Amino acid sequence: MKEIYLDNNATTRVDDAVFEEMQPYFCEFYGNPSSMHYFGGQVQAKINEARKRVADLLGANPEEIIFTACGTESDNTAIRSALEIMPDRRHIITSRVEHPAILSLCRELAGKGYRLTEIGVDGAGRLNMEEYKKAVDDDTAIVSLMWANNETGVIFPVEEAAVIAKRYGAQFHTDAVQTIGKIPVNMAASKIDTLSVSGHKLHAPKGIGALYVRKGTPFKPFVVGGHQEKNRRAGTENTAGIIALGKACQLAGEFMEFENTVVKAKCERLEKELMAVIPHARVNGDGADRLPNTTSIAFEFVEGEAILLLLSELGICASSGSACTSGSLEPSHVLRAMGVPFTCAHGSIRFSLSRYTTDAEIDTVIRELPPIVARLRQMSPFGREFLSPKQ
Amino acid sequence: MWDYTPKVKDHFLNPRNVGDIPEADAVGEVGSLACGDALKLYLKLDENKERIVDAKFQTFGCASAIASSSALTEMVKGKTLDEALAISNQDIAEFLGGLPEEKMHCSVMGQEALEVAIYKYRGIAMPEHDAEHDHGHAYPEYEGTLVCKCFGITDTFLRRVIAENNLTTSEQVTNFTKAGGACGSCIPKIKELIAEYLDKDRGTTARPKLSNLKKMQMIQDVLERDIRPLLRADGGDIELIDIDGDVVEIAFRKACAGCVSSGNTARYVEMKLKELVYEGLRVKEVSA
Repeated sequence: MKEIYLDNNATTRVDDAVFEEMQPYFCEFYGNPSSMHYFGGQVQAKINEARKRVADLLGANPEEIIFTACGTESDNTAIRSALEIMPDRRHIITSRVEHPAILSLCRELAGKGYRLTEIGVDGAGRLNMEEYKKAVDDDTAIVSLMWANNETGVIFPVEEAAVIAKRYGAQFHTDAVQTIGKIPVNMAASKIDTLSVSGHKLHAPKGIGALYVRKGTPFKPFVVGGHQEKNRRAGTENTAGIIALGKACQLAGEFMEFENTVVKAKCERLEKELMAVIPHARVNGDGADRLPNTTSIAFEFVEGEAILLLLSELGICASSGSACTSGSLEPSHVLRAMGVPFTCAHGSIRFSLSRYTTDAEIDTVIRELPPIVARLRQMSPFGREFLSPKQ
Repeated sequence: MWDYTPKVKDHFLNPRNVGDIPEADAVGEVGSLACGDALKLYLKLDENKERIVDAKFQTFGCASAIASSSALTEMVKGKTLDEALAISNQDIAEFLGGLPEEKMHCSVMGQEALEVAIYKYRGIAMPEHDAEHDHGHAYPEYEGTLVCKCFGITDTFLRRVIAENNLTTSEQVTNFTKAGGACGSCIPKIKELIAEYLDKDRGTTARPKLSNLKKMQMIQDVLERDIRPLLRADGGDIELIDIDGDVVEIAFRKACAGCVSSGNTARYVEMKLKELVYEGLRVKEVSA
């Protein structure tokens, strides 16, 4: 059974060209880039190239890129750095729909005496800008708002939010792990101070990330112990990973238009056709500005894990905002923050596409999902009056 | 991905006895859309109204909820009502070759629906099932004080599930009943119910006199298990400084240090230690 992989917001396939680029740096060019011999030096040159490639995708300068182990490390670094730089400021702002990498950290810090404001969203998942504008003040050390939401794909106006934060002298961080490679960004024309990137979300391997730190932004390292990354992130470089991330960023730039035309059209077709045939369904984030590759649909009267496992039997890989898949008992905090009723949040399914997604795969999902939902509704004590498909 | 047994997968992919029985003798309904799972069980009895000759179900929920319902209908067929009532949630889980611990509440839901169906059939007054809010625990057997507001679960029900499954941590109680799995504000109360159960359990064999070593160990255990997580949740912490006879010397750390209500916290610690270790203990806050 060949998998139909529509869970690219969870992780992505490593691009063949990326794998090819990194491969020689395990057994052949295994030198330490810090070494004073040619053997390490040639690796250093390749890392410089990778840094330039990442910077190019972000519209940044190479010296503004710090390589890390993952998006979560980048997030931790950015937030802890801002707080250490401005010890007198005791206020943190984030949103209620952030990834746990941000939300758990902020809540832990709130327990250590920081004041935390979590900005809400409307029914379509859009940031409440009025609430945000009122929250920023002279005590705010760091604002961290995700650029795009992993579950719904809803895009936040982070550029505008960064301008407001800078007026109060706060640092502005954005978790852009779902954004980079999917929509164009240009840090040169932005007020954002720090930005997190994760390799495995854009066809590089797991275990490599990056943090953009705007030139001139005061910074304190999170991992200390060595001179690497210009004393900003200690530890011997993950050379193959860094080289892979560089290649992946280069490819992402080349595929940017494809992502926003071809991939987007496939995603929209999937959403439209499912909504046309499955009654009592709603698109989470409908009406908001969303990523080209993500659609999250809530099906009433059925439970997400059951849908996912039946899809999985057919080789179709998706993800769910339901409680039962996460190990917790409540539906996703993102859907709850949006006010999606519990009654349909339990039946939310997310499809996230990539440049590898084919029309035939989309056709398969459009064909297979409606009978799965109907079968589970048939089994359910609720919603039996909605069994017949839409005419 | 959940580690489901082949039998769970089989009963999920090929559920037995899905549907309703129009002329059912007994019907039991538990759960709601908001809770994320619900089960409606139909039973048909033989002419003498003694034995279950047919059982069907309708379930809204995850794979293990569907599998548990399917298993339950297979298990009750051919049983008398009294034999069926003897089926426990562990029996359902065992029939399926086991369930992930986080999913044990699915087996509890099955056992509960069965009980509700039989009680109702036997004419024990039952309030109407409210599919919007009620998790189905507001039946006479389970009347009591509401503990978990999110899932509508009473202390009576919790006491029973704790005792039947010998649960000793609040995480287990959440896995088996869902209580405490949403906002978490009832977790301290759940811990009290567990302590009460453990205490009762111990009570059956006269409590032996504590050796000093045992006493110290128990004090440390109570601080670690019952006190520290509560304080940490509020950004505070506690340190055991010394145990001098029956006097337990403690110091508060982090957010608790210098907190105006640390006196109350110290009294709470003393209460817990008296309750869980030994009546004669006293707590003294020291600034070490």
